[in-house]
Parts: sequence; C-alpha cells; structure tokens
Amino acid sequence: MSYKIPMGPYHPALEEPYKLDMICDGETVSDAKLHIGFNFRGIEHLAETRNYIQVIALMERVCGICSNIHTLTLCQAMEKLTGIEPPLRALYIRVVMAELERLHSHVLWAGIAAKLMGFKTMFMTCFALREKVMDVLQAISGNRVNYSMNRIGGVNRDIEDPLALLSMVEELEREMVHTIIPIFTTSTTATLRCAGIGILTNEKAISCGVVGPTARASGVPQDLRRAAPYAAYSEMEFDVPVEKAGDVRARLLVRALEIMQSCRILRQALTKMPSGEFNTGDGKIVFSTGTATSRVEAPRGEVVYSVSWKENSRNPARVHVRTPTFQNMPAIRWMVIGARLADTPLIQASIDPCYSCTDR
Amino acid sequence: MNLWSRLMCSCRRRSPWIFHMNSGSCNGCDIELVASLTPRYDAEQLGVRLEGSPRHADILCITGPVTRNSVHAIETVYGQVCSPKAVVAIGSCPATTNVFIDSRVLDGPLNRHIPVDVFVPGCPPRPDAILQGIAKAAEILAERGSRPLVNEENQQ
Repeated sequence: MSYKIPMGPYHPALEEPYKLDMICDGETVSDAKLHIGFNFRGIEHLAETRNYIQVIALMERVCGICSNIHTLTLCQAMEKLTGIEPPLRALYIRVVMAELERLHSHVLWAGIAAKLMGFKTMFMTCFALREKVMDVLQAISGNRVNYSMNRIGGVNRDIEDPLALLSMVEELEREMVHTIIPIFTTSTTATLRCAGIGILTNEKAISCGVVGPTARASGVPQDLRRAAPYAAYSEMEFDVPVEKAGDVRARLLVRALEIMQSCRILRQALTKMPSGEFNTGDGKIVFSTGTATSRVEAPRGEVVYSVSWKENSRNPARVHVRTPTFQNMPAIRWMVIGARLADTPLIQASIDPCYSCTDR
Repeated sequence: MNLWSRLMCSCRRRSPWIFHMNSGSCNGCDIELVASLTPRYDAEQLGVRLEGSPRHADILCITGPVTRNSVHAIETVYGQVCSPKAVVAIGSCPATTNVFIDSRVLDGPLNRHIPVDVFVPGCPPRPDAILQGIAKAAEILAERGSRPLVNEENQQ
C-alpha cells in the first residue's frame, strides 16, 4: 500500500521553505512532487519600479549565496544596452569575485551535504574552511555576503594588491587537497552514503535540460565559461571536470574538482591582472530601446538575464531571470524514484537547490 | 524567588536553544546564522544550539521580509515555542522589509504579526552581531522566566 509523506515547507532538514510530497511504498519512494513559491517576493515586478542604480542593489538580494553572479549578469546585460565596455582590469576583478564565490558556494554545499550524511565533523571542517574564503572576499569587497562589486561599466572596488591574495589562495588550495577532497573521495562514510544513489542518467539529464554541476556529473560536458566566455574567462586556462556515473558521489566529485579548478583560475587571474582603470567613471548613462540577454555560469549552473529597456527611461521595462535551480528541479523527481526514503534529503540537496533564486 | 526558579533563570540565560525560521529570506542571513554556529564564531560556547523543532527551542530566530505565504506558519511556529520565549529578528528584512519594500506579496514587517524582542539590523548582519542579538535575547528570556504569569498577560 502506498502512502504520502509530506516534507516541509518549514522542516528542519530543509534550509529553505519548500515542500516535497513523497509517495512511498514501504521504504521506497515511488514518486515525488515538489511545491515551491514560499520565498516569492515579487522581485521581477519590483525591478520595474527601480532605476538603473537601485536595480543592481535589488537584484543582488535575489540570492544571498550567489549575490555577485546576479549583479554580474545584470550589469553585463545593461552594458549591452548602453554600449559601455568595461576596462580589462574590471573583467579580471569580476573573474576573481566569481571564482571566489564559486569556492565559497561549493564548500558551503559540501558542508550541508556532509550534515545530511550525518557527518557533523565534516560539516564543521567545511565551514571552518569557508571562513577563510570569506576572509578573502571581505578583504576585497569589505563585505561577507552582498559584495556590491559590480556596476555598469566595471566594478566598484579595486583589488589594490592582487599578489598579496595569492598566499591566501594557496592556503585554501592546500586545505582542499589535504583535508576536504581526500575525506569526500576516500572516506567510507561518504562513499557508502553517496555511491549509487540518486542516479540521473545521461539521457534523462539531456531531456530535463539540467545545467551546471548536475549536468556535468551526468556526463554532459557543458560549461558557459568554456562555451561562451564572458568577463576574462577566454584568457584563463582550466579544465571542465565531467563524471559519467550521475549519482550523488559523481556530483560531489565534480564539485570537488571544480574547487581545484577555481583555485587555478584564481591564481591566473591574480598574477595576470592588468593595470589600469577598474570602471568607466561616472559619465552619463544612456540606454537604447531593446532587449539584451546575458548568460553566466553560476556555482549551480547557467543564469540567464533578459533585460528590456525603453529609451529615455530610468527604470527597466522588464527584468527576467532564469536561475539554474529552475532547470535542475524537475530532475529531482527522476533521482528520487526508487530511492530509499532516508536518502531523499541528500538526493534533493545534491543538485544544490536555491529556492530563493527560483522563487524570487 | 526561590532556589529552583533562580536555577532555571540561570539555565535559560546560559543555554538558549534556538529555532531558525526562514520567512522568504534571500539566504544571506541564513548562512550567516549557520556560520555563527560553526568553529570561527562558535555559538556553542554561549550554550546556543540549533534545534530542529520549535517545541524544543527558547529563542525563535526569524530571517526574511515575511512573505504572505509564511505569515500563517510564523504565527503557528511562534505558538509552538514554549513559554517563556524570545524572538530575534535577523537582518534588515524582518525589521523594515529592506529593499523589497512596496512589494505586493509581502506582509511585513515582522512585528505586525508577533512581538519581537531583539532586532539585529544589517544586510546581512555579521555573525558577531547575530551572536550579540542571541545573547541579548537570552537575558530577556531569563528575566521573562522569573515572572512568568505577569509577562504572559502583558504579551497578549
């Protein structure tokens, strides 16, 4: 006899409010339904009532974990509409910020995944390491969460001494190689808990259209930093880690390897950073009528902004956002079917969901 | 005050258990709250523990600008926390609805729905500030516990 187990919206295992209804046969999940919308703040509508400076501060608060990515994408779209080209140093600083954010987001995810595995020690270790990333972010931007770094035509703050940050990056990399990655890849607790559960096959990944690490863990080699380079990514050397297995362990490995690649990009960006201006100054900004889109590889996958503007208007006519979790969410259903009930929190966390981005 | 209630008072001040509730927050304050529980800031040195159920908690920590969807849940959860209880509103959102002001889907600020004891402003506040807010709420909690009956009536 099948029965339904509702989980959420306000549940201790969930970081954010959303509801997961699971239809179970005994211990096995036979179907799942996901209800979202508890975080809906009407940001897209609010954006139409804000001017081009306020809208950046508003969109930064779409998500507290990937706040920099949202302003980066928005500013890129607005730069297309105004025809302003940011200077090269600004592009490098944007790469540094984006990669630091990816680092802290992946370490945060690793911590939460460890907590859901029941591996509390690892959770604490991950968060202790994350504080070191936050130190670097704070040293650059002066803030821990909403960095307000991006603006139309560049960035708000300069990295005055990029080479001084190299030692911090090296320390991060050392801790990653010596502590986090070995524990996640070799520890029996982590392996037993992750291997072979929540499998998303390659065909299903393509038909659901998943993005980011979820897609790369199912053997879909897609990464916007490689496929459609933005900022200064065309000048960076890095690999795109791809795993074939499609289970939770593969998603864990992809993120662990991405942390290493982020450190590699960071080192290149900091050493090669060109001198010069870091924004185009406070000149007059004139928008042309039209719609511009911008795509960026966020820690969770591809973020798309579509910004429409009417000439002589200070406010955008429409700001549309498509976040990676919106794409990855339907895949949860295929992952949990046939899984044990106790594994479902870990499986649904393995796509690194961010419902405050998705609901907006 | 007899010995027993003095002991309870001290326990409440030194070991406040918190329940965290997200009322439409952007996750910024939520991760800062989690960060304040982890080794760098180490809230456990103050006896603070994150609890999974509001019935086990003394302090209710609320983040977010209070979306309409969450109003009912906030009131229910507030009712489930056993007396004496204290409420900490983390971030600028529950205090003023922050950048989301004028949004039609919000029903904030938080003190329209439940009494708030400590506001921790900031977008998001630093973990140190969150800890200070919780410590302050613990003192309020201890004081409230020492005169339970009067206080309950005042709150209503």
